[in-house]
Amino acid sequence: MPKEVTKLIHKYLRHDKKFPHVWCPGCGNGIILGALIRAIDDLGLQKDEIVLASGIGCSGRMPVYVDFNTLHTTHGRALTFSTGIKMVNPDLTVIAVMGDGDATAIGGNHFIHAARRNVNLTALVINNQIYGMTGGQHSPATPYDALSTTSHYGHIEQPFPIAELAVTAGACFVARGTVYHVKLLESLIKKAVKKRGFSIVEVMSNCHIQFGRRNQLGGPVEMLKWLRSHAVRVDKAREMSAQDMAGKFTIGVLADREYPSYVEEYERVRKKARDSAHKESP
Amino acid sequence: MRPKATPKRQLLQGNEAIVEGALAAGCTFFAGYPITPASEISEILSVRLPRQGGTFIQMEDEIASMGAIIGASLTGAKSMTATSGPGFSLMQENLGFACITEVPCVIVNVMRGGPSTGLPTNPAQGDVMQARWGTHGDHPIIVMAVSTVRDCFDITVQAFNFSEEYRVPVIVLSDEMVAHTRETVVLPSREEITVFDRIRPDMPAEWYIPYEGDSRGVPRMAAFGDGFRHHVTGLVHDPRGFPTQRPDEIDHFMHRLFKKISKNLKTIQLTKSFFLDDAEIAVVAYGSVARSAHRAVLEAREMGIRAGLLQLCTLFPFPRESVERVARQCRAIVVPEMSIGQMSREVKRVNQGFCRVEKHSRIDGQLITPDEICNRLIQLHHS
Repeated sequence: MPKEVTKLIHKYLRHDKKFPHVWCPGCGNGIILGALIRAIDDLGLQKDEIVLASGIGCSGRMPVYVDFNTLHTTHGRALTFSTGIKMVNPDLTVIAVMGDGDATAIGGNHFIHAARRNVNLTALVINNQIYGMTGGQHSPATPYDALSTTSHYGHIEQPFPIAELAVTAGACFVARGTVYHVKLLESLIKKAVKKRGFSIVEVMSNCHIQFGRRNQLGGPVEMLKWLRSHAVRVDKAREMSAQDMAGKFTIGVLADREYPSYVEEYERVRKKARDSAHKESP
Repeated sequence: MRPKATPKRQLLQGNEAIVEGALAAGCTFFAGYPITPASEISEILSVRLPRQGGTFIQMEDEIASMGAIIGASLTGAKSMTATSGPGFSLMQENLGFACITEVPCVIVNVMRGGPSTGLPTNPAQGDVMQARWGTHGDHPIIVMAVSTVRDCFDITVQAFNFSEEYRVPVIVLSDEMVAHTRETVVLPSREEITVFDRIRPDMPAEWYIPYEGDSRGVPRMAAFGDGFRHHVTGLVHDPRGFPTQRPDEIDHFMHRLFKKISKNLKTIQLTKSFFLDDAEIAVVAYGSVARSAHRAVLEAREMGIRAGLLQLCTLFPFPRESVERVARQCRAIVVPEMSIGQMSREVKRVNQGFCRVEKHSRIDGQLITPDEICNRLIQLHHS
């Protein structure tokens, strides 16, 4: 193992946590965790000032391995806990990692409202298009006609484009990456964490065990190759016709805009409240 | 010497007094979702909390509200939410999370008629068993009930104190009648009340074991950002906070959760006694019904009936000893409730053949009147 990787492992992984982890060999979650750690290291953030929260599912197990303030919440609710954390201590960098089912099915309401409310949080949504941990049931991101343990005859619903949903819901910063484009992913996470306001990075990932196998997409290598051939950079996609883009998805920054964040706005509310109280009591 | 200031008399409704109690206890974070008859608590806190640097946030639903107050508490704030039946149902999921992760927080449920949307503007007491057992799995919890405006203040302070002292969510059950009744009260000053703050770790960070109980069975609680990096999970965990499947660790953990409450029953089980010294017939009541019961007992006494009242301020852990004492002493107990009978079952459970226990239920959305209770006392007196 390269020395710089060992150094990061020693610095960021918990030495007292019993390994191995719960993820299957070849799972994209490890690649994402690696990118997250490198992004945090590059940003020079202190471990004490980071909170990594999660919901339920394979992605939900990510926080337990890393030496930050870590929180494994209930299914779909990571963003609600994160909101409370950030409002009490705005100096903390709060990152919520979720899966596609976690963030957009059971947590769909929290997801759109967190984007609309614009609390300074970073959401990392790992989209493997399936419920992996529970055995491969279809999620809101499962493609039309795909097979899953709850769509034996082909899936008859349309998937959510998660990043586009976040753009519409009003997130300040929205990006999409994949576990194939690792350097890009790292830079997107860095931009998202630095952004003031609600930021989200959707990460297209592979679940070859529960999704790939059932849909004849091959193992991890084949699925990564699929991600490579179906991902189109945002700027390039603009020049392509809808027909050429059919079945493909964009990667890169989808939205980057400035709104006052909830934390700053609430500071204004506090000032107004204090001023009005001052006026009331002579 | 300056003359002592006259205590400030205030005209308050129950919901307002809950706000005063929360602020006096040190609440700095509130998350909620609009619902009748609890909305005043949100409205007033949205004005008051930001004045003192605290946070009020209206979330997208009660699930989110509960999540937000747990996150806030994990970051060191005393936090609260307030709701009514339908919202309380939604909170059960994250309430269980607060139980297993031992996060102090206060949940006010201003009870209204149910089930479902039920009777939004009528009082009821049908959520008592839900407060005790609403979230899934074995769990300890403290449930308290308020019956007057002054109670709303005192019990809310007490709820925060218990929750901080034992690291357990505390539920305050109010009802529409207490919530919206206005009466003149004199609230104690900040100097007159006791406020308990959670015990934080004072050892070097590398010695900190986040889920190891102290002599009371309660772990010291670090806030996120304090430098005591640790893991918090809704999975059953070992003392270091990591998920475990080992039967010995699971058993130890679950028993510690219960023991921290059961070791302190005498402190937690609060009741009030009225005219019980020589009572032959007793009323066991809580919430707004306890006020009707108090008047009924007075009227019965005037008629020469030796009646008494045991008012339950703590509903769970059920004040077994106090109730048993009354059951041993009296020949009959009546339990008036605005439900089909929830606490009356608890009283019957505790009464091992000592006396006669009768329930008096009302589920038509109306308050139980003093006359109704008095009539029951007269009937029991003659039987």
